[in-house]
Amino acid sequence: MARDSQAALVALNRFGFGARGGASGDVLNAASDPRGFVKAELGRPNRVLLEVPGLQSTPALGKAVFDYQFEIQQARDAAKSAAPPAAGEGASPRPEAKGQRRNLSLNGIAMEMAPKEPQAKPAENPGAMAPAEAMQPNAPKPAPQPLNIIQKTFRAEALARLQRAVIVDGGFAERLVVFWSNHFCISANKGGPARMWAGSFEREAIRPHVLGRFADMLKAVEQHPAMLFFLDNQQSLGPDSRAGKNRNRGLNENLAREILELHTLGVGGGYSQDDVTSLANVITGWTYAGRLGQLGAPGTFVFNANAHQPGAQRVMGKVYDAEGVAQGEAVLADIARHPSTAKFIAGKFARHFVSDDPPQALVARLADVFTKTDGDLKALALALVDSDEAWSAPLTKIRSPYEFLVAAGRLLAQIPNNPNLYLAGLRALGQPLWSPAGPNGFPDTNAAWLAPEGMKLRLDISTQIASRLAEGVDPRDLLELAAANTASVETRRTVERAESRQQALALLLMSPEFQRR
Amino acid sequence: METTMGCCEDLRSSPTTRRAVLRGGASFAAWAYLPKFARAADGRDPRLVLVILRGALDGLATVAPTGDPDYAGLHGAIALSSSGPNAALPLDNFFSLHPAMPEFSRMYREKKAAVIHAVATPYRDRSHFDGQDVLESGFAGPGRVQSGWLNRALEGLPKGERVTSGIAVGPITPLVLRGAAPTVGWAPLALPQASEDTAMRLLDLYSHRDAALGSALKQGLALDKAAQGDDMKPKPGTGGAAAMRLAARGAGRLMAADNGPRIGALAFDGWDTHANEGGPVGRLAQLLGGLDGALAEFETALGPRWRDTVIVVATEFGRTARINGTQGTDHGTATVALLAGGAVNGGRVIADWPGLKPASLHQGRDLAPTTDLRAVMKGVLRDQFGLAEKLLADSVFPESAKVKPMQGLVS
Repeated sequence: MARDSQAALVALNRFGFGARGGASGDVLNAASDPRGFVKAELGRPNRVLLEVPGLQSTPALGKAVFDYQFEIQQARDAAKSAAPPAAGEGASPRPEAKGQRRNLSLNGIAMEMAPKEPQAKPAENPGAMAPAEAMQPNAPKPAPQPLNIIQKTFRAEALARLQRAVIVDGGFAERLVVFWSNHFCISANKGGPARMWAGSFEREAIRPHVLGRFADMLKAVEQHPAMLFFLDNQQSLGPDSRAGKNRNRGLNENLAREILELHTLGVGGGYSQDDVTSLANVITGWTYAGRLGQLGAPGTFVFNANAHQPGAQRVMGKVYDAEGVAQGEAVLADIARHPSTAKFIAGKFARHFVSDDPPQALVARLADVFTKTDGDLKALALALVDSDEAWSAPLTKIRSPYEFLVAAGRLLAQIPNNPNLYLAGLRALGQPLWSPAGPNGFPDTNAAWLAPEGMKLRLDISTQIASRLAEGVDPRDLLELAAANTASVETRRTVERAESRQQALALLLMSPEFQRR
Repeated sequence: METTMGCCEDLRSSPTTRRAVLRGGASFAAWAYLPKFARAADGRDPRLVLVILRGALDGLATVAPTGDPDYAGLHGAIALSSSGPNAALPLDNFFSLHPAMPEFSRMYREKKAAVIHAVATPYRDRSHFDGQDVLESGFAGPGRVQSGWLNRALEGLPKGERVTSGIAVGPITPLVLRGAAPTVGWAPLALPQASEDTAMRLLDLYSHRDAALGSALKQGLALDKAAQGDDMKPKPGTGGAAAMRLAARGAGRLMAADNGPRIGALAFDGWDTHANEGGPVGRLAQLLGGLDGALAEFETALGPRWRDTVIVVATEFGRTARINGTQGTDHGTATVALLAGGAVNGGRVIADWPGLKPASLHQGRDLAPTTDLRAVMKGVLRDQFGLAEKLLADSVFPESAKVKPMQGLVS
């Protein structure tokens, strides 16, 4: 039994988001056939999709955000022209006009989104904290601002993703989604459209290919408006293109560089600055249609021939003659198959699931599968599940903040109906949803997440969760579920001897058994 | 990256079982009285906020002299550029603003924000603590920590009614506001934290089962304690953009009320960017984004009173002109001071620019100071509150008669 329990723990924690509480039967199911338990999720590719009523397509969201931004710009312009050039003393209309502008301002929405409500009203929480109460009574309490379309969309997308993660059986497919989404990350902090599209990008460019082909995912990602916006390709003009000659703008290498460095070949993958520049030329004209829809339906990927650098380009030693969008698609198809890409992806994949320093034999095998199957990502995932290393390597990786919070929600059988708590927790722990600091995504090593401040914050958050949810649960039972009967004597004792249910649950959530995977 | 501020409101527990704590590296203190001329006949009701950035702000990264031919070479990989992706925001044909500060840029365009560059206190060494003492005490050198210049300035103001909005048990009052004039304080409240008992139990478990988790948690607890116990200590780790906004929003709301404070100081930690300072994005960018957000929060919260407001942002000293070997900057000398607010005569970078040629650098390494920060403070205090030049030279900034108040900072 002990051995099966260990394998169940691997199935649930290494590959998934942890056991669900309640009557899920996850632990028993995982223990009876650990590999089968993990693989079961891969047999239903449609289940990787996230089709939730109310979540809209990228073009629909694009149109909404363009219109919204346009209205703000108009209001801003109107406020500007309405203000007298130099108002004297007395009641000038400027403060009012400004107030309006602030309410509508897009600036800062990104930063402001989720922290706003939780932070803005400490005193609205009855009996929260004495100093806050003393502070607030005389201060006028402004009515909470209604959420704008960007905030509403982001929250709805976040909620759908979190609900899925908390309710799915084991979570391997969702873990794959998170892995690929982070590999091909965008950041919602880039601006209104990025925040608006953060969820639809993942639903449309990542999920359909998580059990499909890498080359298809690559193409879907690089042609998605969210990525084109995030890495500025919509601004990039071929120097000799019609648009480039007419305007005082030119090439932007941002997307091309990240395609080579972060999405495919990896640093040291054999590309040079010339390859970056060539690829940047190749993908000039890859953009999305704007509000007016001059190039196509607003918010859709379009190839703008006017902005495309004419002529053949040499990338990684091969000359690409084809004109138009096919030129870039041909390059992507080739670099998706490049040996450096196979190696880079295999290493990252093994590092994410197995260990910070994964066994080289495993990486080589995964790279081999990637190459031989022409980038079949389901085959890659199955090869990982079939490997011995993934089951024998000790559970040494610390859960990322996202994995930790989702695992806690699953164990406590709390299906979120409001994303704010998770969003705030993720921000506190340094992994704000869909908002990494750079295009390289969130880090994936213990060095990043096992930091002193982070551990202290995890403890505080565990305490918060426990203080609210410990009533009516038996932490000892939960420990059996979470650790699949493998909990150490010390952890058992620590949980059992806690001074309260709350403390016991907080300690359980912080135990090595729950923190490591 | 944010601090724990504002996380998980739904999880907030009752004060009877949880210790309320103040944290987040940001706190606000204010004079407990209204200036007597507040709500006077002319309708002007001036407000002043001093924002202290502890840790030494890189002025060359905040307002970059992109027109200086030596700048890009010195600031290397983290230098801002006036073109390309993440371009800095142009202020004039020489200076560019860090792209993380779109709100300040807007205020600047509206002529409600100004920059004073190559500015420094009279302090010429490189200790944070001494430098902050000089910045806040208003004396020409360190070691005089009985009172701060802003508090002594209050003594020169006619005292009106007592502030009745927002009186709270304050956090530690920053030196700049310490002194004979009574103050009130407030700090944003964060999560209740895990009890020490829970932490000890967990450390005990880790000591048996997981040394790495134990070591990290032990350090985390120690750092946290240090940050809470010492208001000079920069809050480590996760930065505090949200904390800055939260503190500014709360302070702004307090100061907007008719019976709220008019003169206050706010301190933000964490500007000591020795390593991985970042350029247009990165660590400093996050902090500057937080500062930028804080200024916008003030604008929003103050509403119609923004018109009469001046916010001064100052730091103890600057940082080296040349980046170090860890993509950061070390302690330097001159830096920037920022002014924002409806009363600011803005849209200008005020600088007697010393240049960045090797021979022009202070001690061959720092931006040379050409403007005394006290001149800026004196100019604001005089124009905003009518404080006499003699009072400013004798008692507010002792022995500073040679440092004349800067003219025309307030419109």
